Amino acid sequence: MGGLTPARKEVTHVSPTEIPDEADDASTEAVESEPSVNNEARSAITGHAHTGRTPADGSAVSAFEQVAHVSMTEGERRRQWFEERVLAPARIVWNDWRARTGFIIVVSYLLMGTVGTVLVTAPQPNQGELLIGAFRTLEFPLGTTASGTSILSQLVYATPSMLIMIGSGAVFTVALGTAVGTLAGYKGGRLDSVLMTITDIMMTIPGLPLTIVLATVLQIKGNPAVIGILITINAWAGLGRAIRSQALTLRDAEYVEASRIMGMKTPTILWGDIIPNLMPYITMSFVQQARAVIFGSVGLYFLGVLPYSSINWGVMMNAAVNRAGATSSPAALHWLLLPMLTIIVLALGLTLLAQGADRIFNPRVRARHAKTIGDGEDDEPDDPTTTTTTGGF
Amino acid sequence: MRYALKRLVQSVLTVFVVVSASFGLVRLLPGGPLDYLRAQAIQQGGSDLSVTEINRRIAAQTNIAVEEPLYVQYLEYMGAIFRGDFGRSIWYEAPVTEIIGPAIPWTVFLTGSALFLAFTVGVSLGAFMAYREGSRFDVASTGIGLVLNSTPGYVVGLLFVAFLGYRLELFPTGGRYASALTPGFSLPFLTSVLHHGALPILSMAVVGFGGWALSMRGNAVRVLGEDYLRSARLRGLSTRRIAMRYVARNAILPMYTGLMIAIGTVFGGAVIIENIFAYPGIGFYLIQAINARDYPLMMGGFILITVAMVIGITIADLTYGWLDPRAKGGDARESY
Repeated sequence: MGGLTPARKEVTHVSPTEIPDEADDASTEAVESEPSVNNEARSAITGHAHTGRTPADGSAVSAFEQVAHVSMTEGERRRQWFEERVLAPARIVWNDWRARTGFIIVVSYLLMGTVGTVLVTAPQPNQGELLIGAFRTLEFPLGTTASGTSILSQLVYATPSMLIMIGSGAVFTVALGTAVGTLAGYKGGRLDSVLMTITDIMMTIPGLPLTIVLATVLQIKGNPAVIGILITINAWAGLGRAIRSQALTLRDAEYVEASRIMGMKTPTILWGDIIPNLMPYITMSFVQQARAVIFGSVGLYFLGVLPYSSINWGVMMNAAVNRAGATSSPAALHWLLLPMLTIIVLALGLTLLAQGADRIFNPRVRARHAKTIGDGEDDEPDDPTTTTTTGGF
Repeated sequence: MRYALKRLVQSVLTVFVVVSASFGLVRLLPGGPLDYLRAQAIQQGGSDLSVTEINRRIAAQTNIAVEEPLYVQYLEYMGAIFRGDFGRSIWYEAPVTEIIGPAIPWTVFLTGSALFLAFTVGVSLGAFMAYREGSRFDVASTGIGLVLNSTPGYVVGLLFVAFLGYRLELFPTGGRYASALTPGFSLPFLTSVLHHGALPILSMAVVGFGGWALSMRGNAVRVLGEDYLRSARLRGLSTRRIAMRYVARNAILPMYTGLMIAIGTVFGGAVIIENIFAYPGIGFYLIQAINARDYPLMMGGFILITVAMVIGITIADLTYGWLDPRAKGGDARESY
């Protein structure tokens, strides 16, 4: 599983011997204008009445007295934050061909769902001749359906609701799975066994049949956000179990123990100490859940058992097979193949992005790409991707 | 032994919860199934149908006697389900058990074979990829594995039906076996079953094995670098023993939890696959029931599909304790 090393600590650490040159003048100014709180605290502890800072050559200073002799201005801090959080991940994504491909694919689907609906005319029946094949005419590049609707515009206009569905389903699963998993893993004891019993029960109920039954009995309307949650109704259980076993390895770490002894509340510890270290795994799970929502929703829309309010890739496949017999008649085959291709490409993009996310959160890779944070430690020439993909059916 | 007992109790509890939930869904929702059934009974029987007559019909269909107090309804419903009485299908006008009962083995046949095929092929392929790490074979297989892992099973199923079923007419496009044959242990019957089952099984297995191969590859690469493997080689153990007892066992263990989730996805996937291939398993009847608003058949199908899955997962879980002795020990951790 993804790097479980306490990522935050390693990256923000500024080693005293490697100060970027231009930071030096700024730091002296900052010291003069506001006497550092750190200094006072230090003299209080050691009993030495030092008023100045330790000299830059840093000779003969005990480890306890050493203070970082750079204090950064707001602007610098902001710049470093930007460097660490935005530029370094972006560079990693761009240097890894898999992450880059995944990123481009996902962004182009996002554009398709937002800008695309403005550029492409809305799908209507009898826009053109019936069942034009793909790549035959310029007016209908992807052909038309049995009722003469442009397939391209159907694909584009299906994107926004699919994106909402994917987003809501993935957020729901990841939020619930993380909450249950970290709480159970960190607290242990009776709470753990109660939560895990519930989790195990939810895990052993088949997800898609449960979704179908609930959608029928509850008579849900076609709101994509609700459908997204319904599709992943018990997917949080599997994720919760996995996150719990990761949280178990962290619950006795020194810094977690320190927070506990300081009397911090459980939510604070979970949010501040446990969850940041599980972020790689959580991000990967988010992307994998997004993929699961696409597979599940399109499959069920294809069967025609979910309500819908707007056009949808699964509904297109359903119409192609049931109205034009796309499986048996070659004339309508493109109507079936194009939505399929749309799904596969998006899923592939998400899978590649999940592998990229793994690298972004790997502290070794990230330190190498964040240029202002010093040289970082020894670089591994090529990190093996630790993404685990379990059999998805 | 305690571990096995705990697992069994949990499985029974799961079934109990699902059956209770299905009672809640059918009985308690306003505007839900019960109201629908009543409206339908009135529509069919005309106005001269007495209230008791309608209630009697609903009770026969759903095992819920509406005029009794709620807890009696619940107890009677639970009792009937555990006796194997799932009510009466409206669409087929027959007991639900008679319709779904014969379908269960076929669904188990499909899902079991698909899971077995995907797991064995995936694990062997992944082990081979790890062994030849960095080779052209490894890179190509990783790419193929990624694409297969991003393809839903029903897409493969639809392509199979279109090309191998209708276009080339190599495989039948529906049914469990040729209708002219009588079931039994005869060669033509068994070949017909395999012929009809091949495409549904393959379409579930093909998309599964890519994922298994990729995770097996990752695990095996990790295990190959472990120190205990070097000491095993230094001890002069046979290659076969090292491959099976050291590498395979330690690389497969972490994938076992994935297997449990896969059992769930494969059962869910079977619902869609069975409908594409018109293969009368539980999933096929489940969708039929939903399209016909046949609530008794729907709930029966859902409960039985859950029971089948619970049994599968329990078996997998018990064998895990046997593979990994650490799982048997209870976890005694401090609670915070």
